[in-house]
Amino acid sequence: MARRIDQQQVRKVAKLSRLDLTDHELEEFTSQLGAILEYVEKMNKLNTDNVEPLAHCLPVSNVFREDCVKESIGTERALANAPERDESFFKVPKILDDGSGA
Amino acid sequence: MADLKYKVIVGLEIHVQLCTKSKMFCGCAVEFGAEPNSRVCPVCLGMPGVLPVMNKQAFEYAVMVGLALNCRIPMFTKWDRKSYYYPDLPKNYQISQYDLPLSENGYIEIPLESSQTKRIGIIRAHLEEDAGKNLHATGNFSQVDLNRTGTPLLEIVTEPDMNSGAEVRALAVELQRMVRFLGVSEADMQKGHMRFEPNINLIITRGDGEFRTPITEIKNLNSFRALERSVNYEAQRQLDEFIETGIVMEMGNKTTRGWDDEKEVTVLQREKEEAHDYRYFPDPDLVPVELTQQWLDEIKSRLCELPLKKQMRYVQEYCLSDYDAGVLTADRSTADFFDEAVKAGGEPKRLCNLITQTGLKITKEKNCSINDLSVTPQSLADLAKMVEDSIISAGSAATIFEAMVETGKEPDVLAQELNLIQKSDAGELEKIVDTVLMENPQAVEDVTSGGKKEKKAMGFLLGQVMQKTKGQANPKVVSEILAKKLG
Repeated sequence: MARRIDQQQVRKVAKLSRLDLTDHELEEFTSQLGAILEYVEKMNKLNTDNVEPLAHCLPVSNVFREDCVKESIGTERALANAPERDESFFKVPKILDDGSGA
Repeated sequence: MADLKYKVIVGLEIHVQLCTKSKMFCGCAVEFGAEPNSRVCPVCLGMPGVLPVMNKQAFEYAVMVGLALNCRIPMFTKWDRKSYYYPDLPKNYQISQYDLPLSENGYIEIPLESSQTKRIGIIRAHLEEDAGKNLHATGNFSQVDLNRTGTPLLEIVTEPDMNSGAEVRALAVELQRMVRFLGVSEADMQKGHMRFEPNINLIITRGDGEFRTPITEIKNLNSFRALERSVNYEAQRQLDEFIETGIVMEMGNKTTRGWDDEKEVTVLQREKEEAHDYRYFPDPDLVPVELTQQWLDEIKSRLCELPLKKQMRYVQEYCLSDYDAGVLTADRSTADFFDEAVKAGGEPKRLCNLITQTGLKITKEKNCSINDLSVTPQSLADLAKMVEDSIISAGSAATIFEAMVETGKEPDVLAQELNLIQKSDAGELEKIVDTVLMENPQAVEDVTSGGKKEKKAMGFLLGQVMQKTKGQANPKVVSEILAKKLG
């Protein structure tokens, strides 16, 4: 049976996820991910011709809150776990290639 | 190059911040200019184990815009995660909508020169959460403020139906006016409530065929001026590049550029090759939204007459100029006030002049809305009627309007108090006319003998009567008396 995923693909996914994998990890994760994919592959044996695509696994919809302001936790508590801060800001390594923004 | 013709093709992606009190998925306040990282909680900080919950108001606002954009509103919509790796969104994904957006396949009419409009297709409009702000201060680090993280953001994507910087600007301005009319966004450019990303390329035709230049996307423009100029700049740059290199559109040669506001040029932005591999997948933390017809109808009932339609109605029904109609419909409070005053019986053109020439001058000075002026539409309609009935002059109406704002009194009371009621009593005016005629035999001579001096002399005599009555004579009545006596 052909391998579900090869090292090349794992390397790409790791890069997209900003993960720096060692050669050993690369090998380990490739076989683990392959096993997971193989397991899930069993689903493809089912006939789903008359099954609606599933958008969510819970049979629930429309869970809303009203547009009310709740108290925030405050700057000090927000920054309490930050490895580094600069006054009221989180301090992070300089962002090069800033393609940020929604 | 002989016989080279080109057409600019532009599609636009617009982000509009919705004016809810709280964020999209948590109760933190949406507030501009607060202390950095003071409007955050575990949900928008992306802490593990938290659960986002949808803001109902934000969803309904988004549907309102979808309806105003003539979109189809599907009865089922859901949330997806979009991979994201910048620190201004610490979850490492953005909650957005991918394959089932809350609205699609619509259009917007935009005003062009000389009362023409053009229809621009809307591919989709969907809700998502905004990122925070990365600040690149001094030193070898960046600062992150997460106050804006999780603010409801509507992303609107147009078809590539625009063909110039001016058209792109017109759409942006029209959309701003529309969302403000709907009351779903302040659309304040200074506060970044509207951000634009145009996609541009050219279709070039010349002797040897038709060519399409590679598409470029200009990121994060936040003023109408930058939007229009960057599109025009980019069109010219692509044309020059094509003439020089002959480069044409191919799979994968789309590039991203930034706009340098100072130099007024676009600059190529380097991007990682796989940067656009967003790997969307359904967000398991958020359940879908299912609309009912009743709910959708209820949202629909909150729409109002949209600004461009209103503007065109003013031109057609009231014979206002396109410019005046545009001024009245620039914001909803002014347009509503005008509509009310017309309903109260004021003559539209007269009301328009009062509002645009006097009212908006005052609101600008006071930096307030016309509703804050303690003048009701009914009072303004009464004032307009006094001019129509020649009780006061058009000039006095402006003075009285200003006094109404200052004192809150009704126009008829102020006309009395300020002594601005025109004298229309023919008997009384006749005596004054007689005096003037006696005092100015030369002018009388010029009128009665006819010739080229007649008109000027008549105007002079009218002026003398107005002076003697301190401007309170009804000029129409005086003219009639003069004509009768000298005719």
